[in-house]
Amino acid sequence: MLGLLHSVEIAVGATCLGLLIGTGGAYGKLYGGPVVRDLLAAYTTIVRAVPELVLILLLYYAGTDLINQALTAMGYQRVDISGLAAGIFVLGFVQGAYSTEVIRGAILAIPQGQIEAARAYGMSPGLLLRRITLPAMLPFAIPGLANLWLIATKDTALLAVVGFYELALATRQAAGVTKAYFTFFFAAGVLYLLLSLFSNFLIGRVEAWSRRGMPSLKEAR
Amino acid sequence: MTSFAASALKHKAQNGAAEAIHVENLHKKFGQLHVLKGVSLSARDGEVIAIIGGSGSGKSTLLRCINCLENPTSGIIRVNGEEIELRADSHGHTVPADRRQIERIRSKLGMVFQNFNLWSHMTLIENVIEVPVHVLGVKRDVAIREAEKLLARVGLAEKRDVYPAYLSGGQQQRAAIARALAINPRVMLFDEPTSALDPELVGEVLKVIGDLAREGRTMVLVTHEMKFAREVATHVVYLYNGLVEEEGPPEQIFGAPKSERLKQFIRNIG
Repeated sequence: MLGLLHSVEIAVGATCLGLLIGTGGAYGKLYGGPVVRDLLAAYTTIVRAVPELVLILLLYYAGTDLINQALTAMGYQRVDISGLAAGIFVLGFVQGAYSTEVIRGAILAIPQGQIEAARAYGMSPGLLLRRITLPAMLPFAIPGLANLWLIATKDTALLAVVGFYELALATRQAAGVTKAYFTFFFAAGVLYLLLSLFSNFLIGRVEAWSRRGMPSLKEAR
Repeated sequence: MTSFAASALKHKAQNGAAEAIHVENLHKKFGQLHVLKGVSLSARDGEVIAIIGGSGSGKSTLLRCINCLENPTSGIIRVNGEEIELRADSHGHTVPADRRQIERIRSKLGMVFQNFNLWSHMTLIENVIEVPVHVLGVKRDVAIREAEKLLARVGLAEKRDVYPAYLSGGQQQRAAIARALAINPRVMLFDEPTSALDPELVGEVLKVIGDLAREGRTMVLVTHEMKFAREVATHVVYLYNGLVEEEGPPEQIFGAPKSERLKQFIRNIG
């Protein structure tokens, strides 16, 4: 159960971080200067090209090592980076690359006139993002972001390889000790399934809310 | 590009009324395409300027340059006596020098678009109060009361909590006019407000615009409705190929046009 809690914590944290990176990344890709765009293109290409497991190992070991080297170079004590923080950061970094593309597509799907109208009435870029762009792109982004969230819940299992105590690792240990492999892995499978079903329910609510101004497609058939 | 600072103050009140919009020698290029080739235009308080012209004559571009939705390549634009400061960016494009100034000027201009462009995730009342509350800093309850009056005025009082997608084009455009009125604009800008409407819905929108004109709102109107332009405009500008071919009071433009092109244009449309 503690394992499940850790998994959810990481998935939530990573998704939030990913959304922040994704929103910034999408904005940068759409409206940024050439340097910003090239950097973001490199980021999304590399992160999406390299297997997540490799990235996790790389970022987790190399990342903590780099941070500690930097700290000692600046004369600080080495720190032990908590598995939770590292896990959130690593998965969030990966999620950010995928969300960048999902959100970029969603922003492109907003009827351009609505953004133009906001500009024509003197909205500043920040206000425009908060009041118009984000709420208007949400209905187009939710299906893609929901995918990412579900993937994030299960990607937490990859963190078992770096020794982080989450659902998959907890299951393996429990099964190893008791030799009741089938029971424990079956139970873990059910827990992942319940998590997904519960997520689907919430996502459905959020999606319905985000589409509040849009007539249902059923009526148009 | 900023050599046009000189002639600042002499433009006030030539016919008694102050000049709300002043455009002088405006050029706009899209890459190689030279859309506006030195257009001048002036709107005094209470005037209704109708801009007419064929497709591609630059009339929408001219209107969109007034609030810098398109950045002019060169020329002077003055709104309410305040000149929009322009500068060249690193690519040689002309851009507004001061974002704050543009935002302030834009919030005094009520723009109505061809495709309505209501915000689809907001109900009508939310659309109407959005700019007063979030840009102009009006208190929400005050804005709502004002917005209800405006919606009633355009005949949409009972649709206040409906989302734009559930309304007809004519209703959406009337709501868009209410949204423009909510900022109590110095000038209303209409960019072909009836061109996207079904013929039977054009009348209801023109009636609202006509009422505004009769009560003395200052407006600049790009339109294809010649009969309407003749009725409400105080001054008509005929654009041809990026230049003002002829301008004058509607009786003269429609009754006794001088230029051959304008004569032909009126014949073809009428």
